[in-house]
Amino acid sequence: MVKEEQEWTIESNASLFDLKLNEVWAYRDLLVLLVRRDFVSFYKQTILGPLWFFIQPLFTTIIFTFIFGNLAGISTDSLPKPLFYMAGITAWNYFADCLTKTSSVFKDNAAIFGKVYFPRLIMPLSIVVSNLVRFGVQMLLFLILMAYYYFTGANFSISWAICLFPVIVTLMALLGLGAGMIISAMTTKYRDLAFLISFGVQLLMYATTVIYPLSEAIKKYPAYAWIIEYNPMTPIIETFRYGFLGQGSFSWLSLGYATAVTILLMLLGTIVFNKVERNFVDTV
Amino acid sequence: MSKNIAIKVENLSKAYQLGQIGTGTISRDLERWYARVRGKEDPFLRIGESNDQNIKSESNVVWSLKDINFEIEQGDAVGIIGRNGAGKSTLLKILSKVTAPTTGKISGKGRIASLLEVGTGFHPELSGRENIFLNGAILGMRKKEIQRKLDEIVDFAGIERYLDTPVKRYSSGMYVRLAFAVAAHLESEILIVDEVLAVGDAEFQKKCLGKMGEVSKGEGRTVLFVSHNMNAITQLCNNVILLNNGKVSFNGTSYEGVQNYLKPKTVLDLELLNKIGSNIKSNILISKILVNTSPVFIEISPSSQIIIELFYKTVQLITDFRFSFILYRDGQRILTLHDTNQTEKLQVGAYKSEVKIPSNFLRPGTYSISIGGHNSNHSNYEIGRLEWFLLEDLISFEVKEQWSVDFDFNNIGFINLSNNYGKRTFLENNEASN
Repeated sequence: MVKEEQEWTIESNASLFDLKLNEVWAYRDLLVLLVRRDFVSFYKQTILGPLWFFIQPLFTTIIFTFIFGNLAGISTDSLPKPLFYMAGITAWNYFADCLTKTSSVFKDNAAIFGKVYFPRLIMPLSIVVSNLVRFGVQMLLFLILMAYYYFTGANFSISWAICLFPVIVTLMALLGLGAGMIISAMTTKYRDLAFLISFGVQLLMYATTVIYPLSEAIKKYPAYAWIIEYNPMTPIIETFRYGFLGQGSFSWLSLGYATAVTILLMLLGTIVFNKVERNFVDTV
Repeated sequence: MSKNIAIKVENLSKAYQLGQIGTGTISRDLERWYARVRGKEDPFLRIGESNDQNIKSESNVVWSLKDINFEIEQGDAVGIIGRNGAGKSTLLKILSKVTAPTTGKISGKGRIASLLEVGTGFHPELSGRENIFLNGAILGMRKKEIQRKLDEIVDFAGIERYLDTPVKRYSSGMYVRLAFAVAAHLESEILIVDEVLAVGDAEFQKKCLGKMGEVSKGEGRTVLFVSHNMNAITQLCNNVILLNNGKVSFNGTSYEGVQNYLKPKTVLDLELLNKIGSNIKSNILISKILVNTSPVFIEISPSSQIIIELFYKTVQLITDFRFSFILYRDGQRILTLHDTNQTEKLQVGAYKSEVKIPSNFLRPGTYSISIGGHNSNHSNYEIGRLEWFLLEDLISFEVKEQWSVDFDFNNIGFINLSNNYGKRTFLENNEASN
């Protein structure tokens, strides 16, 4: 063959910091096709199709409004209750989906990983992007709800922080991806963590400002509010609410903190993931 | 690396951990980690025996491959053969980067396409067209590359009419054809094919072999092919690597390699044999296999009867069981014989099962015997109760040609029937009717 041929080596040990990002780039078409596959196979043979994306956040919002808003009477920063909850749920769902789905990526794809090589990083990335489609549909629902409350004259306003929306989405995606990759790498050998994750994500939601505003938590439990404040998802959701609804505790410092944690987890996740990927077929 | 070497394997080894992975491994992991921190050798990889598969070792680490060395030149078609558990699949897995070696290094040139399984990543809900793109991308093709080859792939698989039907509605044959077509059209310099051709009809198998031959001879690409079908190996490959207990026991021309594989001059390793398998198999210990009283490869004259004897002990009472003796030639199954007509009780004790093949029945050639066994035959078959095993290529023999070359046409085919089965009858005199 006249074509230039790339040389390669397979060795028992690879450099820890070789993140193989160039390989991921070479397989970008696969990423697109996997996202398409997830989306198409989701609503194949259903009647409502993509409408199912709406059902879950809609019902959760209704239930939260009743239980936390009316029954428990938790403050919503003077915002209309459904709007407040849906903002939290939409953002939280995206993060939680990214986290739970990537955390089982090795187990779910053991069959395909065991038979063919492609940069494994493609799989978790495709999950994050697939969920982005779902998130987009749910954002649409949120915007419709916003429009409804705007025309009925409810008390909220969009603030400048809405410009940070792309940053927030990126942070949520990478945070879920990073943490998920670490967990997935750990669960190939020890399945214990897999049991923790679905339950843990639920617990984590209560440690994040999804069903209450941060200001309320600081007011009621000044001694323990640091747990919530140190949760990197808190500033993300607070910024999200502040941007879209004009209420929430926004500070550059806390957002910077969330960014730092995200970058750290992402880097650690990629390294651990790449390390485990080489031999996980033997132990999964 | 030398200019026309496609793959170079140096001191390649792969260890697997036997037994349960789960409880207990964390303490072992900590132990290994502690040893590494102190700069000591990994305590679980210390053993140096070549094949602990048959040596009961303290450690439960097994070397599936041990110090493998070989080179493959560009454009070569190389067959990888060996008995079950010889390390063929492990080697292919490492070459396809699915798993990493424990020690050693492989270097190579050019893109690898590996077909370890048919239709990896196929999604049942997606259409044939969508799956071509998805599968192609998984194998490393760019989208426009697949687009360019789409017609060729569809044509090769012969699924034009079903292109937009979800693959879950495909017949298994169509599924396999489509999957092979995608992989075969990948523009790679090295093609790795595991025993995937076992599925699919004879015509398609021939087509696949043809395509692989075209790939290696016509396009100058390197092909690595694992198969139990010695016929296919000799047809397709110019070289053969014979693996035995994780080591290369032969590396050379395919004819010699296949002969080496089919005619082992050593007695079968029964200790290893009695260790593999589960359930019903673990209650039977094989002590001897003889073909015309020989425990090793033997040449037999066509005029003598062939008696295959199997000596074994049963450790536990087996309520119903029978042995199957399966005869292969060139990878084709010729005969299946049983020691009993129906499955029967096996008491604890020593047994002998034998089958006889009449004289002048098998045509000259090399035959290999696989032995299987099962409980409950199909007439009282209950789901979940059927247990079976198959031990491939245990022993082989050659029916050696005795008659003169003038009657060479006698040698076509595998079996021979006496002349009583042929007859000529004069029906009508045509000249008289005109």
